[in-house]
Amino acid sequence: MQLSAQDLTALWITFKLAAVSTAILIVICTPLAWWLAHTRWRGKTLIEAVVALPLVLPPTVLGFYLLLLLGPRGTVGRFFDEIGVGHLAFTFTGLVIGSMIYSLPFVVQPIQNAFAATGQRMMETAATLRASPLDCFLTVSLPLARRGFLTAAVLSFAHTLGEFGVIIMVGGNIPGRTQVASIAIFNHVEALDFAAAHALSAILVVLAFSMLIAVYAINRRFKVVGVAQ
Amino acid sequence: MSIEMRFRVDRGGFALDVDLTVPARGVTALFGRSGSGKTTLLRCVAGLERAAGGRLVVDGAVWQDARSFLPTHKRPLGYVFQEASLFPHLDAAANMRYGLRRTPEAERRVGWDEVVELLGIGHLLDRHPDALSGGERQRVALARALLTSPRLLLMDEPLSALDHARKQEILPYLERLHDELDIPVLYVSHSPDEVARLADHVVLMENGRVVASGGLSATLARLDLPLALSEDAGVVIEAVVGEHDAHYHLSRLDFPGGSVFVARRPEALGARLRFRVHARDVSLARERVEGTSITNLLPARVAEIADADTPAHVLVRLEAQGTAVLARITRRSLDQLQVTPGMQMWAQIKAVALLS
Amino acid sequence: MKRISRTLAILLSAALPGLVCAAEVKVAVAANFHGTLQKLAPQYAEASGHTLTLSSNSSGAFYTQIVNGAPFDVFLSADAARPAQLEKEGHAVDGTRFVYAIGVPVLWSATPGVVDSEGKVLNTGSFRHLALAEPRNAPYGAAAQEVLTRLGVWDALEGAGRLVKGNSIGQTHSQVATGAAELGFVALAQIKTADGIPGSHWIPPADMFTPIAQAAVVLKRADDVEAAKHFLNWLRSDPVARQAIEDAGYGLE
Repeated sequence: MQLSAQDLTALWITFKLAAVSTAILIVICTPLAWWLAHTRWRGKTLIEAVVALPLVLPPTVLGFYLLLLLGPRGTVGRFFDEIGVGHLAFTFTGLVIGSMIYSLPFVVQPIQNAFAATGQRMMETAATLRASPLDCFLTVSLPLARRGFLTAAVLSFAHTLGEFGVIIMVGGNIPGRTQVASIAIFNHVEALDFAAAHALSAILVVLAFSMLIAVYAINRRFKVVGVAQ
Repeated sequence: MSIEMRFRVDRGGFALDVDLTVPARGVTALFGRSGSGKTTLLRCVAGLERAAGGRLVVDGAVWQDARSFLPTHKRPLGYVFQEASLFPHLDAAANMRYGLRRTPEAERRVGWDEVVELLGIGHLLDRHPDALSGGERQRVALARALLTSPRLLLMDEPLSALDHARKQEILPYLERLHDELDIPVLYVSHSPDEVARLADHVVLMENGRVVASGGLSATLARLDLPLALSEDAGVVIEAVVGEHDAHYHLSRLDFPGGSVFVARRPEALGARLRFRVHARDVSLARERVEGTSITNLLPARVAEIADADTPAHVLVRLEAQGTAVLARITRRSLDQLQVTPGMQMWAQIKAVALLS
Repeated sequence: MKRISRTLAILLSAALPGLVCAAEVKVAVAANFHGTLQKLAPQYAEASGHTLTLSSNSSGAFYTQIVNGAPFDVFLSADAARPAQLEKEGHAVDGTRFVYAIGVPVLWSATPGVVDSEGKVLNTGSFRHLALAEPRNAPYGAAAQEVLTRLGVWDALEGAGRLVKGNSIGQTHSQVATGAAELGFVALAQIKTADGIPGSHWIPPADMFTPIAQAAVVLKRADDVEAAKHFLNWLRSDPVARQAIEDAGYGLE
């Protein structure tokens, strides 16, 4: 079972994409999840629905509109063109943006739930123990929401590994840049090269599976408890 | 040295309107039924509720007024919630260090060993909250609050979530706290028992307003408050151990105005003790009665007479040189004995409940 | 009432041999020919009484699906190889295979002035991305690769990651039409309109690439083989159909 250099590159791009978009998403979504968990603003349901939207949109549709937005004629693409970076269609950056939008609900929801489950009492307690709001967030809320963060990271990573529809529209299938494993497998199937398709799929599944097992095993070692009553 | 508080909170069906000053020493109990606003008041003092335009001055330091609001984490207070609220991701020792670490060194007056010994938690330090019983959790929570060397300790019904055995286990610690540390306490409770054991000052609340505020004994002895109409109506008297009678296994407790004899106590001579005398355990006589088995007879002057909770009875407040006693007698006896205010009588105390 | 009219229909069809009942012919059509066939479908329906149901995809995808039992009656491929393969493997009805159109690849840009009439833009390389269909799966893509190789620019473009490979000619067209890729190789049939060709384009000389013979075949799985055959015959021989195919931008055999 031999994988071509191009296939290995595709695997590398896939994992890079999953890691980068997951990392950025977690950083961006934490404040959003925090706000959603604590706000009592009436417009909250609207925001939650918008966050959940990528779940229901067909990936190819999402990909198509992203292509328009990020390309030379779209608002975002034109902006990047003007500042000299160049438009984002068919670039790795464009893929990262696409993956982030696509995996957004998978990251926001578990973290939001984890924050909400922690509850007001813990934060009030920390305040009475001289912890400023930021201090409390870092030393109490974050550790107690650990499980939510883990779920978010795993879901986002796994989701991006298998992503196809968005990438095939925005990516352009450029080897070494935007050709991910899922697209490569698809191309092999179309070209009737089933041996290569099987090989690449197997490696992808094995790698992803091992990674997930490692993550859950590490999680088990740190005793993660809910709020004791 | 006092704590001035003025708060007004309007929330849907509930309104709190309080203008109160309590001593900045000892234990002040906020007492009342559920829904009377005691917890809300406590939370206002802690800064957990933002009562617009409120005012709070603690021992000269302004924590809140019309122009400023010191956020909770900047107030040098300790707070013990009804349920322990220990951080589940830290063990007991780490929980206790949490507040201690955030207290500037210059302000630390309460020592680690002192607190561990006071609350008897030395063997619990490396356990996580889910491996502690309810009572143990509360003690750790108390230790945690104390280690921030608070200027004011707030306790919101800390014992109500515990069963009777646990309560009895912790009450002695709270009493020791009261005796050994010089930190004023605001203690919310709906248990007359706890109030009787711990409080020096009582604030009685009803429907978001303060109905009465005063020293424990004086307030309990008032006949115009709902307190007097409860089953537990009675007074709390602070006394000193005067003598131990080895032969009869009795101890004599002295207080201004008289003494009572109780079953032999382990405390040394001169030790302070509190005891409760329920109104239903006190009967009256015009003259000192000889040939009676009742040992505790107290000469006292009738101060006030009021209706009791049933039409057949009345409540009489008597004063014995500064110590008040309540007696619950039948209206018939009242008329037969021709009891009038100012009259000198003998209070016959049938039973005394020691609060220790 | 229903039973009577049904009996009548059966009697009528028995009494009139050669009259085929109105059938539905399910057509798997390559992306590049889809638009053209859509225009022809009503004309065929009028002429024959049969309705055409069209599905569009890349030829490679169709091949795999057909081999795995997809319920199509007729396959119009973008190449000649796959129909031949299907016939060899026994999925197609013998004797029905023929070339229905000769594909014309075009280097096209949605923006006027980008592509010159001699295709020199490929040498100057003044573009960021060039779109084409995946050469392994789509004959138009293979033709594009041949043209680029002939001009000696394939390696440079591929190495610089400037080639955007779509999984079907339909996607390639999308990428160029939206301007995401400045230019690309599409099928003439996709861009030719009654008012001419928008944007700018260059048709490479036929000697630069292997001719794109697009073949069709009737599938053994067809529900109504006769209807399917009838359709392909019409496509092959009917003058209206042939004219339409030419007008659309294809060559004919």
